[in-house]
Amino acid sequence: MAITMAQALNTALRDAMADDESVVVFGEDVGPLGGVFRVTDGIARDLGDDRCFDTPLAESGIVGFALGMAMNGFRPVVEIQFDAFAYPAWEQLVSHVSRMRNRSRGAVGVPLVVRIPYGGGIGGVEHHSDSSEAYYVHTPGLKVVIPATVPDAYSLLREAIADPDPVIVMEPKKLYWSKADVALPVRTAGFGNAEVRRPGDDVTVLAYGAAVPVALEAAEVASDRGRELEVLDVRTLVPFDDQTVAESVGKTGRCVVVHEAAGFAGVGAEMVARVQERCFHSLHAPVLRVTGFDIPYPPPILERFHLPNADRVLAAIDRLQWDDQPDPRWLTEVPA
Amino acid sequence: MTTSAELPAAEVVGSAAARLLPADTPIRFLDHDGRLVPDAGHGRYAMPRTELLTEAYRRMVLGRRFDAQATALTKQGRLAVYPSSRGQEACQIGGVLALRDTDWMFPTYRESMALVARGIDPVQALTLLRGDWHCGYDPHLTHTAPQCTPLGTHLPHAAGLAYAARRRGEDTVALAFVGDGGTSEGDFHEGLNFAAVFRAPVVFLVQNNRYAISVPLVKQTAAPSLAHKGIGYGVPSEQVDGNDTVAVLAVLCAAVERARNGHGPFLVEAHTYRIEPHTNADDASRYRDAAEVAAWQRRDPVARLESFLLATGALTDEDVGAAREHAEAYASQLRDRLLHDPEVDTGQLFEHVFAEPTPQLREQRRWLEEELRGES
Ligand SMILES: Cc1ncc(C[n+]2csc(CCOP(=O)(O)OP(=O)(O)O)c2C)c(N)n1
Ligand SMILES: [Mg+2]
Repeated sequence: MAITMAQALNTALRDAMADDESVVVFGEDVGPLGGVFRVTDGIARDLGDDRCFDTPLAESGIVGFALGMAMNGFRPVVEIQFDAFAYPAWEQLVSHVSRMRNRSRGAVGVPLVVRIPYGGGIGGVEHHSDSSEAYYVHTPGLKVVIPATVPDAYSLLREAIADPDPVIVMEPKKLYWSKADVALPVRTAGFGNAEVRRPGDDVTVLAYGAAVPVALEAAEVASDRGRELEVLDVRTLVPFDDQTVAESVGKTGRCVVVHEAAGFAGVGAEMVARVQERCFHSLHAPVLRVTGFDIPYPPPILERFHLPNADRVLAAIDRLQWDDQPDPRWLTEVPA
Repeated sequence: MTTSAELPAAEVVGSAAARLLPADTPIRFLDHDGRLVPDAGHGRYAMPRTELLTEAYRRMVLGRRFDAQATALTKQGRLAVYPSSRGQEACQIGGVLALRDTDWMFPTYRESMALVARGIDPVQALTLLRGDWHCGYDPHLTHTAPQCTPLGTHLPHAAGLAYAARRRGEDTVALAFVGDGGTSEGDFHEGLNFAAVFRAPVVFLVQNNRYAISVPLVKQTAAPSLAHKGIGYGVPSEQVDGNDTVAVLAVLCAAVERARNGHGPFLVEAHTYRIEPHTNADDASRYRDAAEVAAWQRRDPVARLESFLLATGALTDEDVGAAREHAEAYASQLRDRLLHDPEVDTGQLFEHVFAEPTPQLREQRRWLEEELRGES
């Protein structure tokens, strides 16, 4: 039966709660409402409102409270309603959640999960479409995973809940209603493994979250034009799978990175750096990025111009020095 | 270090706190049918001027019609999303009328009605919710901050702006709206504390509409009232029947006056109710019954004020008819103006990130222009 990503996440929460009494779910509107994206639909009713409950409206409180519970035997899974509303919890995440194990020389682990619906493409007004993953991956001590498929949504969330360390699960809003035929429970590759979503010999395309379907769409068109893209779904940003990426780029010799977040100091920059460190001698062209512009997330009527699309990926592919000529883009002066 | 001898005695602290406390029951002038109650204003607040009340009535009729039009436009796909303030007209309009044009207002997403009541062009007021630019009006020209979505985060801004006005020798007051849910956020508390410590002329108006999306007040707080949250910071506070326009105006005007005269911040909790779902995207049947909504509809703020003003002779049936006609015309004009899609100007993506675009932004703008030229 075809199920949505939101349903897979719901089942993952239910299964984890059934397997382990210490798993609790809380946040804003996750109880009777079932969350604004219905990811916790029916859980309070079916598993009890002491297992899944609404909290006061305060993200710093939610994350700090979760840390306290995690220090004392629970495995909290908290929901942040939208990407930009995680920012009040910044202090808790950066100064405490990410560092508790380190500060206590390993004595205090905090096995908690922060679920964050993120990203654009849903016509959301301001503060509802941020791609905030770079902030978290830049914070040592946080694992950061991003499912792009329905089975991964289930499996990565289960693994996140079982993990001894804090995990940020970023859920691409645009893919919540994407469907797949999958029998649950399902287990896919563990943390630290990228997945080849489509094999190819000419260019490696690195993507995650909502950029994965964009990369696959581009690969379809590229194939018609005689170029085979190898699309890698990175899946877990921390820990990062250097090996699969290096193997792929070693084979293709060309690489493009795609994400929605602003390019400047984004996750793509890290990936590009790692690729050139490891694959310099295999590369036939500079590694390029296709990302959102370096701007605050724009309003709905402009978002389609901001988001990476298959055409932009294809345009980047075309610029990979197939004729050994330098990329004209970097030879043009910056306009005044 | 402070020695215990320098600390005020416990009784002194107690009586200072008592002066900050809200009334035990919400301040009220009118009962649900619009009749004057015996202890109107608890004897602490004066009845507002009649002209202020008739003006409030006209703007409430307009505000309600505007709100209904916006809800209808959302159903037709003309707005991206709309958080209605139906049922909260007394607070929306009261907050506006308590201020001078030169005072500042700090609204949230819930306050589209207050924006138009302030005289902001309705298309500009709806720019955000239409999915067009984030803020459609000029905050400096209108003395109105952009509508704030991250809850409670605008409250320190209101305190800072009001404090700056005092530093500059202006008698400007700021009024900031916040919801019951918003009072749980850290920034609500920091905003109150800063306002109190710096004696900023700011009035915090908490519209307690009983819900934060699906979360009822009982899960939000264990405080005796939201107004009690002021006293820990030394901010005098009051609670008021938020569907009684007379009471809302009486309390807010006193609070604004007090702030203007240099006596610092004030917190008002207005007890009201959100008649519509949180936004058009919300399914309120998941968390509240129709009976509860119906009970609150019987406390309708517009009908209540109308009965009172008709009974006192401050309004005639013709005035009522004229207010409604005006509101109809306003709504139909708004409908026409929103029939077409907003203009798309991709250059805006790169403007106003900084005062001057960086070289990188200029470069990215050129890439997009080239891409769009290639498409056409
Ligand atoms: C910091 C932050 N967290 C979460 C949200 C998502 N959100 C939008 S409105 C809302 C409920 C707000 O309730 P309340 O403060 O009572 O205002 P009301 O909507 O009832 O006017 C929530 C949780 C947000 N906008 N900002
Ligand atoms: Mg509310």
